This record gives sequence, C-alpha cells and structure tokens, in this order.
Amino acid sequence: MSVSTLPKKSRLSLDVVSLARKNAPQVVPVVVCLAGFFLIWQILCGAPTSPIPAPLRIVSDSQLLITRPFFEKSDQLKDAYTRANLAELYNQMPNQGLGWQVLTSLRRVLTGYAMSAIAGVGIGLLIGSNIMFYRGLDPIIQVMRTVPPLAWLPIALAGLKQAEPATIFLIFITAVWPILINTAVGVQQVPQDYRNVARVLRLNRFEYFWTILLPSAAPYIFTGLRIAVGLSWLAIVAAEMIQGGVGIGSFIWDAYNSARETGISDIIVALVYVGIVGLLLDKLVFLLGRLIVQSEA
Amino acid sequence: MGTLETQALTGQAPPGEAFLSLRNVGKVYETPRGPFTVLENISLDVAEGEFVCIIGHSGCGKSTLLNMVAGFTKPTSGEIHLQSKLVTRPGPDRMVVFQNYSLLPWLTALENVALAVKAVFPEKSPSERRKIAMEHLELVGLADAAHKKPRRLSGGMRQRVSIARALSIRPQVLILDEPFGALDVLTREELQEELLHIWREHRVTVLMITHEIDEAIFLSDRIVMMTNGPAATVGEIVDVPFARPRDREAIGEDPHYFTLRNQTLDFLYHRFALSSDAE
Repeated sequence: MSVSTLPKKSRLSLDVVSLARKNAPQVVPVVVCLAGFFLIWQILCGAPTSPIPAPLRIVSDSQLLITRPFFEKSDQLKDAYTRANLAELYNQMPNQGLGWQVLTSLRRVLTGYAMSAIAGVGIGLLIGSNIMFYRGLDPIIQVMRTVPPLAWLPIALAGLKQAEPATIFLIFITAVWPILINTAVGVQQVPQDYRNVARVLRLNRFEYFWTILLPSAAPYIFTGLRIAVGLSWLAIVAAEMIQGGVGIGSFIWDAYNSARETGISDIIVALVYVGIVGLLLDKLVFLLGRLIVQSEA
Repeated sequence: MGTLETQALTGQAPPGEAFLSLRNVGKVYETPRGPFTVLENISLDVAEGEFVCIIGHSGCGKSTLLNMVAGFTKPTSGEIHLQSKLVTRPGPDRMVVFQNYSLLPWLTALENVALAVKAVFPEKSPSERRKIAMEHLELVGLADAAHKKPRRLSGGMRQRVSIARALSIRPQVLILDEPFGALDVLTREELQEELLHIWREHRVTVLMITHEIDEAIFLSDRIVMMTNGPAATVGEIVDVPFARPRDREAIGEDPHYFTLRNQTLDFLYHRFALSSDAE
C-alpha cells in the first residue's frame, strides 16, 4: 500500500510573485467566472423589489449567519439585541448558526452512510461472488434503487415512529444501492487472468479474498462510495426540510416559513454551505479512496 | 519423413508410464448451433525433463490443449496423467506462464513471486519465502526491480517476473502459452536463452506454445505440429537433434536446420496451410 503521490510542493518559498505566476492559469479563470456570475446576479436582482436578493443585499441581510457560523442564542445575545431595539429580529432568528446546523446534518448523514457502506459492501461482495444470490436479489435491487429517497420517508416514519432514526434510515436506503451495485460489479469484473493465477496456486478463500478480490474490486467499491456520499447529502436536505427540528434542511424550510425579511437571503447563504459541504464530502471520499486503493504505479 | 509420421501415430507408452501423458484427448464445446469439436484424439507422451514445443496456426486449439494440461478446462474425452495421476484441476505442479503475464498490478515484482511461494510452501517462514522469491528474481536478472510494480516494468521484465514466479514453486511441468509473442526480437532471443539456461539448471519439463518455427527449433527437444481446426489433432512430431547447450548461430549454419525448418514450413504452409496462406 502506498500513500498517494501528490505533486510535491516545492520548498516553501516566500516568493509570492512566482507562486502567483505559477498558479495563475488555474486561479484566474475561476476568479473571472465568479466575478462575472456575481455581477450578472447583482444586475438581474439588484432592484429593491426583486423577490430574490442580490449578492450585496445577502451580505448585509445575513451578516450574522455569514460571519458567525457557530453562534448560539443566549440571554447575553438577547440583551444585546433588545438594547439595540431589535428584540423582534432576535425572536425570528434561528437558534443556532449554520455551522451547528450543518454538523447536525453531517452526523445523521455519516451514521446512515456508515451503515450503508457496511451493508452495501457486504451484500455486494456476496451477490458479486455468488451467481444464485445475484439472480435472486438483482430484480429486487433494481426496483428498490429507483424509488426516490423521499418516498421512503412515510414508511420509515411509520416503521420507526421517530424522526431521527427515520432520517438515518432514509440516508441508509438512499446510499446503499450505488455501493452495493458497484461492489457487486467490481467482484464480477475480477479479470479471468487473476482468477486463473488463484486457481493454479490454489489460493485458499481467505488469501483469494485479501490478495486478489478486494484489491481488484476496490476501485469499483470506492466509485460506489463516492456516488453514495453525494446522494446522501442530497437526501438529508430534503428529508430535514420535511421533518423540521435542527439541521441544514430544517433551517432552510424554517427560514422560508419565517416572518423575517431576511429569510431568502438566509436560505441562499445556507445553500452555499450545502454546496461546499457536499463538495468537501465528495473530495474526502475521493482522497480516502486514493489512499486506500492500492496503487499500481 | 515417413519415420517421423509413424512416430506420431504409434510409439506411445502404455498409460501411466510416461511422465506426462495425454491419451485420446478431445474437447467439444456445446454451442447453440450444436457441438463444436476443437480438438480430437490427441495422444502425446512427454518424458521427464523434456522440452516440447507445440506449433500450429492460430485457432487450432493449442491454447485449449495447454489449458487442459494446466487443468483450467477438462477434456470432453480422453485423459491426461501427470506421473500416473489424473489431471482434474489446476495446481502448482503444472505452473503456467500466461501469455499476458497475469501479474497482480497492486503487488511489486517480489510480492507477486512471494505470493506464489506462500501459497505453495505455507510451512516455510516469511523470511524463507522472501528469500526464495528474491533468489528467483535474481535468477531472471531482476533483483534491482524487485520492489517495482508491474506497470513500471517493460514487457520483457514482466515476463521474467512471471517466469520467476512459475519457477519459484518448483513445478513438475512448466506450461508456457506463447510467452514471448508480445516481445521485440532482441528481448525475445535474450529470454529464450535465459529460459534454456533455467531449464537446464532446474531440469523442469516444459510444454510451450509458439508460432515461431525458429523459436521451436532453438528451444525444444521435440516439436509437436498441430493440424488446423476445427477438430485439430497432432499432425506430426519432429525430433530436434541438436546438441545442448545450443548456440543460435551454430544451429543456423547446420544443414540439418534447413531440413527441419523446411519440414515444419511444409507442414504449416502447404499441407496444413490456412486457406488464405495457400494462395
């Protein structure tokens, strides 16, 4: 097993100019496009009557959410708002900053995702290596995996009675299919050459599993894990929007329903959080895969 | 030539006496259009320590024949015995050097060889196994590349690792399926000589497929020529009488070389020419 070979950073040089020059081809297009995007948005939504706030308005509306992701409502904060004659605004504010909301959602996602990873890889290995299991379970899997995540929610609530386990179940049932199917395909795709090596050497099941099957299927398994983490994050937002309580999805729904004028701005800030966290989750699983999948180089 | 032909048809030892014996071996595949006979009635005895090359046009079922000796597929008729034991499944006593090397890409050269040693000699200690693996990599001149993964090795080096892996487990029969087909001429000749050298040292019995007449003449004690498929069989077996150790240039100048070469060419390109070759 070898550690991924990231391009080695040259000696920490203080020569900012050369660093900037080197990275300019990567950075400049991003900056230009972002600037263009915000500019067009500002122009389109800049009118005071616009139902969707423009970037500059969002920054002033949702200052607290942007600058203090981990604020919590407290008597101290309440006093401060009351003194500034903003008691009403204080009452309309969410209880916690977006950082906390995101962490609550993440905890649910990771619980459900971990369960789906264990079950998905386990069952995937089984149906990938046994044609009878494959034939028996494939039709069920093919039907179940097309059911939209939210359609499971009523059933989950009916079965589990409480919102929290129902949400986790929802994540599980959303994430398990891509993991399961990719693992099964990975097992089936073990090249005949490697199987022949195992046969002629008469490797026992244990050796075959660890030295041939798992390394050979690992890239497929991680493809499944990566798709699944993205789907989980999509599903958690939807599930929390319906359920209420804490969590980034609930925050969005509450902000939409709240009386406060800054609601839509708050939602847009929350969406930025959702997007960035989703991207980070994807990259995290990708890097984990690169680290664990045995390098062939 | 007449004597050679009779040798192909008779001169079989009774079952169980030859080191490796193929007796009336045939292979029929069931297809949607009915049974398809790939090979039929193949009988061949190989002595211990003998180097036998099998030559024939592509599609004549050479690989199927070796796969049956290796145990990957079962003959639909006839039997294959190694030292009087019926061959029923693959095993390390008949180690294969695969056409495409079949090294595990996530293991280094040394780990690939060590995996085989571990599987066949589980009673040996890890350090002993590592030592055996390293010795065999040295044997094929790859000590320096021991810790490289296959992707970083050239085709010739990969094939060397594959040969080292095969030899490390002390097989009774070494089966090679066109081992040098994908290599350039220089590497191929180099590896041929290394293979001969190793074969002399280890006294291993070798069964090798090739489509190169010169390769077969340089390497083998006997050349088994296959007729064309479907229903291919052993057409003719010729002895290669050159003394060993062999010298490529000396063989090239030997008048007997031309007789042998012409005989083989005649078989492959006149009597059993592919229809496209005949024109």
